[in-house]
Amino acid sequence: MLTFLNHFINGISLGSIYAIIALGYTMVYGIAKMLNFAHGDVIMVGAYVCFFAVSAFNLPPVLGLLAAIVLCTLLGIIIERLAYKPLRQATSLAVLITAIGVSYFLQNAAQLLWTSNPKIFPDFFGGIAIKMFDGQLIITLGTLVTIAACIIIMIALTVFTGQTKMGKAMRACSEDKGAAQLMGINVNATISTTFAIGSALAAVAGVLLCSAYPSLVPTTGSMPGIKAFTAAVFGGIGSIPGALLGGILLGVIEIFAGAYISTQLSNAIVFLVLIIVLLVKPTGLLGKQIREKV
Amino acid sequence: MKKFAKVIALLTVLMLALTCFVGCGKEEATALKIGITGPLTGGAAIYGNAVKNAAEIAVEEVNALGKIQFELKVEDDAHDAEKAVNAYNTLKDWDMQIFMGSVTSTPGTATSKEANNDGIFYLTPSASSTDVLGGVANAITGTVDIARKDNVFQMCFMDPNQGAASANYISSQKLGTKIAVIYKNDDNYSTGIYNSFKAEADKLKLDIVSTTTFTEDTKTDFSVQVADAKAKGADLVFLPMYYESAALILKEAKDTNFAPKFFGVDGMDGILSLEGFDKSLAEDVMLLTPFNADAEDATTKAFVAKYKEKFGEIPNQFAADAYDCVYAIFAALKEGDALKNEDGSYNYGVSAEDLCKMLVEAFTAEDFTYTGLTGENMTWGKDGAVTKTPKGMVIKNGVYVGM
Repeated sequence: MLTFLNHFINGISLGSIYAIIALGYTMVYGIAKMLNFAHGDVIMVGAYVCFFAVSAFNLPPVLGLLAAIVLCTLLGIIIERLAYKPLRQATSLAVLITAIGVSYFLQNAAQLLWTSNPKIFPDFFGGIAIKMFDGQLIITLGTLVTIAACIIIMIALTVFTGQTKMGKAMRACSEDKGAAQLMGINVNATISTTFAIGSALAAVAGVLLCSAYPSLVPTTGSMPGIKAFTAAVFGGIGSIPGALLGGILLGVIEIFAGAYISTQLSNAIVFLVLIIVLLVKPTGLLGKQIREKV
Repeated sequence: MKKFAKVIALLTVLMLALTCFVGCGKEEATALKIGITGPLTGGAAIYGNAVKNAAEIAVEEVNALGKIQFELKVEDDAHDAEKAVNAYNTLKDWDMQIFMGSVTSTPGTATSKEANNDGIFYLTPSASSTDVLGGVANAITGTVDIARKDNVFQMCFMDPNQGAASANYISSQKLGTKIAVIYKNDDNYSTGIYNSFKAEADKLKLDIVSTTTFTEDTKTDFSVQVADAKAKGADLVFLPMYYESAALILKEAKDTNFAPKFFGVDGMDGILSLEGFDKSLAEDVMLLTPFNADAEDATTKAFVAKYKEKFGEIPNQFAADAYDCVYAIFAALKEGDALKNEDGSYNYGVSAEDLCKMLVEAFTAEDFTYTGLTGENMTWGKDGAVTKTPKGMVIKNGVYVGM
């Protein structure tokens, strides 16, 4: 039973990291209707920035995180301006391929700048943990912070898109870009803001990801990026609570599949569940049914 | 003015014609050409660059002796079999005479096949899979899937030898009674060692209580694997993998209050120079490795000092293997005497095929031994595998100590 609980906690911890990354995916997809495959690599950049801020400039972790957020937001805006904005009118396929290109560019640039030697991310939580039942059940501070961060971000995003003027503009763009423009909404600026928010989220995700799994290499972001994308689709892409639900479920399924079925098959089982869910509910768990007019 | 233009035109044509002649004339070779393909970019770049750096140092040293001269060319293969074959072809166009292989196993399996067809001598520093050599029976099925490539040799241990050696060591030193194994099942290196470890452990009646795996895609989260080993009461965890993943497993174990003995293989080497790594996590970790950067002998000290000065980091086992490759070839050529002409000059124009025959004979000769950074009195058999003794090391206070 305790082992089960331990696995469950590990699953939630892994899942909440997927969820934070998935929130970034879902924001950008929901509003700009594009899959930003470079999201995972912005995460990696965020982790590197924090790593150097803390290890080379001796900044406290919070300032490291802030530096990562600021630089990633800037990076997100620059990427959007240079790579995606010129393609606003192009087919979605062209944008998708560009995003993959940006992803490779970031990975290779990181490798040139920081080499491919793995770096071990500092442990910000100092190994502090809550131990119960004679140390049989362990919940680390890192896990708690990750889960808390995930919930706070989700609530903040929900409030932001629901209540603020910018949030309303975003939802308008998401429903109909043309009509939004006619209503006097600056569509370009709205999409750029979405990217800035998505990239800031990526920085937070990068720091949390590397605190939990401290090996940092230029490809660190790519696999969690794909998993989180899966989580976003699983929960219903475009839906903010869906990203959270999808991420956490994905993490828990992955850990349970590894623990109780086979570590060799854990990934296969995760994707099998995804296929089944999509067969039954093609829009994902919390996705909205959008009727296309012919 | 028109005349002037004509003269200029004529001169240009003449110049072009001349350069053509220069280009056409076969240049007199002044060194033996050695080629390498390795991952200089991509996720495995740390290994390719280590080999490149160390091979450069070795070639420089050999050339400075004033005997036979070597020329080195390293092409990037990004740890990809297809790119490795392209890189190999580039090296062939450059008239490579000796091939120091691919650095990693997957590309190595592809390029060794090509080099075998072309009859170019192949000595890899670090592609340790049995598929590179060929002719080795699969530990599980017992069949030989790839025929022996008779001109291919390894400087590193062949994977199965490491697994069996580890099991023997654990059994003879009574290091553990309940053993857990975590290995990377999409990796030739890790699986190869695991299979032979398992086979040998069964023979020695070692009790393997937990076997879990991970892949390239799941190499961040080890909570399941560590929890399984802990739940089954393992007192020794065997980690046949590279240090990057091992570092994460050590951290996970510490976070969950699990303190068994950890036993690694040569891929564990490098863990102490990992940037930002908390060395106390590796306290008491044991490993079998042929190379120890902290060894006190003169060759190692000189090599480590030179490497640090040139490249600013401590060389790992890959670097040491590459350094040994260059010197082993140098030794097999009898320091160049094997290629000496009567007038004292060297026969740099020797064909790759002739050179290959000469080197295969030299390496498999019964009296040929080589002592270098990674072992004393190494010998090679017709199977291409090296025979050398792995050193048992244990990490104490952040440095390797012999066991």
